Amino acid sequence: MTPPPLPATDPIWGRLSLNAIPLHEPILIATFGAVVLGGLVMLALITKYRLWGWLWREWFTTVDHKKIGIMYMILGLVMFLRGFADAIMMRLQQAMAFGGSEGYLNAHHYDQIFTAHGVIMIFFVAMPFITGLMNYIVPLQIGARDVSFPFLNNFSFWMTTAGAVLVMVSLFVGEFAQTGWLAYPPLSGIAYSPNVGVDYYIWALQIAGVGTTLSGINLIVTILKLRAPGMGLMKMPVFTWTSLCANILIVASFPVLTAVLALLGLDRYAGTNFFTNDFGGSPMMYVNLIWIWGHPEVYILILPLFGVFSEVTSTFSGKRLFGYTSMVYATVCITILSYLVWLHHFFTMGSGASVNSFFGITTMVISIPTGAKLFNWLFTMYRGRIRFDLPMMWTIAFMLTFVVGGMTGVLLAVPPADFVLHNSLFLIAHFHNVIIGGVLFGLFAAINYWWPKAFGFKLDVFWGKVSFWCWVVGFWLAFMPLYILGLMGVTRRMRVFDDPSLQIWFVVAGIGAAIIAVGILAMLIQFAVSIWKRDQLRETSGDPWNGRTLEWATSSPPPDYNFAFTPVIHDLDAWHDMKRRGAERPLTGFRDIHMPSNTGAGIILAGISTVLGFALIWHIWWLAGLSLISLIGGAIVHSFNYKRDFHIPAATVAEVEDKRTRQLSAAGA
Amino acid sequence: MNTATLARDDAPVRFYELDEHPHPEGHSTMLGFWIYLMSDCLIFAILFACYAVLGGNFAAGPGPRDLFDLDLIALNTAMLLFSSITYGFAMLSMQRNRLRQTQIWLGVTGLFGLAFLSIELYEFQHLIHVGATPQRSAFLSAFFTLVGTHGLHVTFGLVWLVTLIVQLGRHGLIAANRRRVACLSMFWHFLDVVWIGVFTLVYLMGMLR
Amino acid sequence: MRLLPLLTVLPLLAGCDMVVLDPAGDVARQQGNLIVISTVLMLLIIVPVMALTVFFAWRYRAANSEATYKPDWDHSTQLELVIWAAPLLIIICLGALTWVATHLLDPYRPLTRTAAGVPVAAEVKPLEVNVVALDWKWLFIYPEQGIATVNELAVPVDRPIQFRISASSVMNSFYIPALAGQIYAMPGMETRLHGVFNHEGDFTGFSANYSGAGFSNMRFAVKSLSADGFARWADGARGAGQSLDRAAYLKLERPSEKEPVQRFASVDPALFDAVVNLCVEPGKMCMHDMMSIDAKGGLGMAGVYNVRDLAYDKFAARGSASTTLKPRYVAAACAVPMAPSKAPVDRPADLAPLTGAGLSRPSRPLAPERTARNETPIPGRPLI
Repeated sequence: MTPPPLPATDPIWGRLSLNAIPLHEPILIATFGAVVLGGLVMLALITKYRLWGWLWREWFTTVDHKKIGIMYMILGLVMFLRGFADAIMMRLQQAMAFGGSEGYLNAHHYDQIFTAHGVIMIFFVAMPFITGLMNYIVPLQIGARDVSFPFLNNFSFWMTTAGAVLVMVSLFVGEFAQTGWLAYPPLSGIAYSPNVGVDYYIWALQIAGVGTTLSGINLIVTILKLRAPGMGLMKMPVFTWTSLCANILIVASFPVLTAVLALLGLDRYAGTNFFTNDFGGSPMMYVNLIWIWGHPEVYILILPLFGVFSEVTSTFSGKRLFGYTSMVYATVCITILSYLVWLHHFFTMGSGASVNSFFGITTMVISIPTGAKLFNWLFTMYRGRIRFDLPMMWTIAFMLTFVVGGMTGVLLAVPPADFVLHNSLFLIAHFHNVIIGGVLFGLFAAINYWWPKAFGFKLDVFWGKVSFWCWVVGFWLAFMPLYILGLMGVTRRMRVFDDPSLQIWFVVAGIGAAIIAVGILAMLIQFAVSIWKRDQLRETSGDPWNGRTLEWATSSPPPDYNFAFTPVIHDLDAWHDMKRRGAERPLTGFRDIHMPSNTGAGIILAGISTVLGFALIWHIWWLAGLSLISLIGGAIVHSFNYKRDFHIPAATVAEVEDKRTRQLSAAGA
Repeated sequence: MNTATLARDDAPVRFYELDEHPHPEGHSTMLGFWIYLMSDCLIFAILFACYAVLGGNFAAGPGPRDLFDLDLIALNTAMLLFSSITYGFAMLSMQRNRLRQTQIWLGVTGLFGLAFLSIELYEFQHLIHVGATPQRSAFLSAFFTLVGTHGLHVTFGLVWLVTLIVQLGRHGLIAANRRRVACLSMFWHFLDVVWIGVFTLVYLMGMLR
Repeated sequence: MRLLPLLTVLPLLAGCDMVVLDPAGDVARQQGNLIVISTVLMLLIIVPVMALTVFFAWRYRAANSEATYKPDWDHSTQLELVIWAAPLLIIICLGALTWVATHLLDPYRPLTRTAAGVPVAAEVKPLEVNVVALDWKWLFIYPEQGIATVNELAVPVDRPIQFRISASSVMNSFYIPALAGQIYAMPGMETRLHGVFNHEGDFTGFSANYSGAGFSNMRFAVKSLSADGFARWADGARGAGQSLDRAAYLKLERPSEKEPVQRFASVDPALFDAVVNLCVEPGKMCMHDMMSIDAKGGLGMAGVYNVRDLAYDKFAARGSASTTLKPRYVAAACAVPMAPSKAPVDRPADLAPLTGAGLSRPSRPLAPERTARNETPIPGRPLI
């Protein structure tokens, strides 16, 4: 069951040997085969159609925030499929392993799966999705041409990808952590997890964390510095506001994660005693510190989506957002309060009643601004003209689903209630309720809403609806049984069960997960069908939903430079205001536009970081040293490049804008 | 107030900025670098917190009073403080557009930084030699990590400093280089401030404990 | 539409045993009731919100041209006051409830009642059970009876139980849903839990915090017996013959899964304290000794090399035999056998009635005072 003990560290190969390839796991070997085959086919196709140069020039080295945003979304989608495969495997195991049956997964494999599921879904699905979304939309919404640090943006993306690559490598070379997604010591310490799993975890998150922090800094500065003239802070679109707060949270919490994981790494690599049982270490310290990052992380994920729901509700109700000011204050309240609640993740550690009540009550207090937000969306719909396009459908589904998750969340914040529900499937149901019902539904609303902006054609409605109903029904079917199981006293991360009366609920949950799988498939079909029928779904006005914010003022997709002339803002709903007052798009007088140049430095440095991470995981010290030196050297060489920008000539701008004028007049707009 | 609003309403509303004044290049670098420093500051905050919590867990081994030599640390602190002053001189020279002088002051700063690092490494080597290794107790783990992380930052600052001196030699005091010198200046002074914290919390209070 | 699948499974709900809402112990019952009360409180606002969402979505659909359309209406001070005040009021109620309930149901607080309206008499001494989470089984030591069991917990009905909980290697969580809420079991630390069973029966307990490969099978049988039944059960254990001394414990703590029930006729009375202090192995310094030395400033340079490598592979079964870092520990300066701890049992709280809400609470400080053993800090309740 446990893997054979690793060989002693070899000077050339470190801990790496042929034993590291999990030949004894048929599931992994089959997956590996499929991935290799699929990869080869893709590489062959790219080579056949001579796409390498195009990919390199137009995508890999791009510093355009729009392309980077799309790449983030693709990364999120790919990793989502992996994370969901893990979920299905868990559901299947738990539906099978009753009455003495061991199911089909051994502990070593199953424990990796639930750890990987959590890590992937949070760090490599939710984070890339929201970062991609903010990257694409925020500069457009504030009337900017790019982010403040375009190279850093490219670098951040590739560092996040590097982390994802390491997690994927762990599937086929060695193993992933078997500790749960937060890797509590002492279990994650070297004494109890001596193999490479936790090292994969540490280095994947550290490398991706660099990317996340840098992209957080980048977006804060972008929002603070690059707003179009007239856009005071209280005239920023709500999505930009929530993005600003989310990025502040990123910058103020990811360094905590970096530090904590570094300390855990030191415990494992250097034998220090931060979180060990012996020599005065304190595992409780880790639990506190990681949740000081972990709780704000929850709000990093949900806040931008609160912004999306605000934009969508207002647009599809054809109405100004109700209570903009209180919406902004609610967001800021949540941002601040999210730092005062971390202890509610471990009331059961035995803190005093007063400490527990304090953190319980601060947690409940967060529900006040959240509740205010919900009412604001409600009263935005009130006396509106609601069009039920897909984004609005997702929003309504969110409102009905999220309140239930919010309610169970407040319930878990009552310490005595948490004593009986902590770590139970009730908790699992709760956070999936808010993450799927809030974050994912929000992302699907956002994808359906902004897809036409990014690609110039709408998404297919039929398959969108199929996906919507499968997701919503599947979600309720998959997670309501978990609430019930939680109340039956069933705890999380269990691989086998004794009590046969539980099985029916796991079967129902499994059916729910299968329906979600159909929903995901329908969504992929929706993308494929829409691309196939893109000419019928073509959207030429640039403003398919009668939008209200600046991104709809551009063509779809927007030109490289976003805005030929910087817009001037007079109202919160800037584009709506421009339409209402008949703002004329200037047709002459174009100037050269100053733009950042593409660079390969980001992908190269991130590639070296991946090698560095791999070498450190496997204790291949010479390679680690070599890659560290090349990383620093590469950064220095890059700093000698002073030519980082170019000008788009006025003639080119005029050409692009003329084409847009013809397109608009053809569309009769 | 009222008339002003009226007057503005009467004027034709401008929706596009027709004569661009593009953002000067690198105009947001300083803000970005500040935010980066704050995030770095958080890493130190966590390390300080760890030291505050674990600093008394000697695991029946030696404590600060058995290990630290305040005279040496005072000398070390002086090196770092001097390096901050000389960096200040480098900034003044840069503002006066004196390239050579800027480079020299940066060089002097680097030498002080190097002296600081050497003393720190000597201290570490001494501690490890007498058996007070990072593995011996949680206190020593927290101590080596906090002080070592600061030392790593100084090392990184030195690499940057040398790179910058070369870049100044190549391109002179162009805007991009001025920005870089200013960023490194913030970084350097930031490390100084962190060191004051280390000196106070770890060394001074350790000796009092 | 979305509620349909839910409705179809409703009949199933009647058939399932929601132990959290319908437990056999008074503490768990109060916790379960709290869940119900809080849920009802929150439904006061959740239900209207959900209803309004559906109603507004239907009423103001684009096709309904009869509904009022006010595209520029975006502010109403009164309404905004209401939407902030309504959740605030609910949270004030819930917050007050939380504060009181958290203090009353603090797992460290000795029980004052065994059921609603049944106070604990002054002369009743709680049954003390010491719990150790091992890899991957549970050890229960009964100091009063002088016996110990593995993976079986038997307790007399209606008598308050005081658990002192620790772990040998990694973090677990001690949870018997039918009895009371859970509390973490952590190595080198002692946590406490109080509970009482109100009726006899067979229940299960388990670890509620993932602790490695054998976690799923880390379950134990819980028997709530009559006073006589418990005495008979204890006598049975005494007849089991085996004895749990330090050597037997060190053998027992090695990782194993699906351990059958074991009973020990006698137990080393100092064993549990040695477990909490991580010094069962001979020659290892106890945590509380280390902490008292540290409180005085450590052992100075003399203590630098006072460490020992572990002679045998304690965690061989977990694969750590291959680690580059050998397990080490601080060696005891002089190995004096520990005396069994004195007066660890918390006395029941003062029963002076509390005005309001019909609840009683102790008149002395809520957190039981820790009597310092040998004037050394005990590795007990975490500070945060």
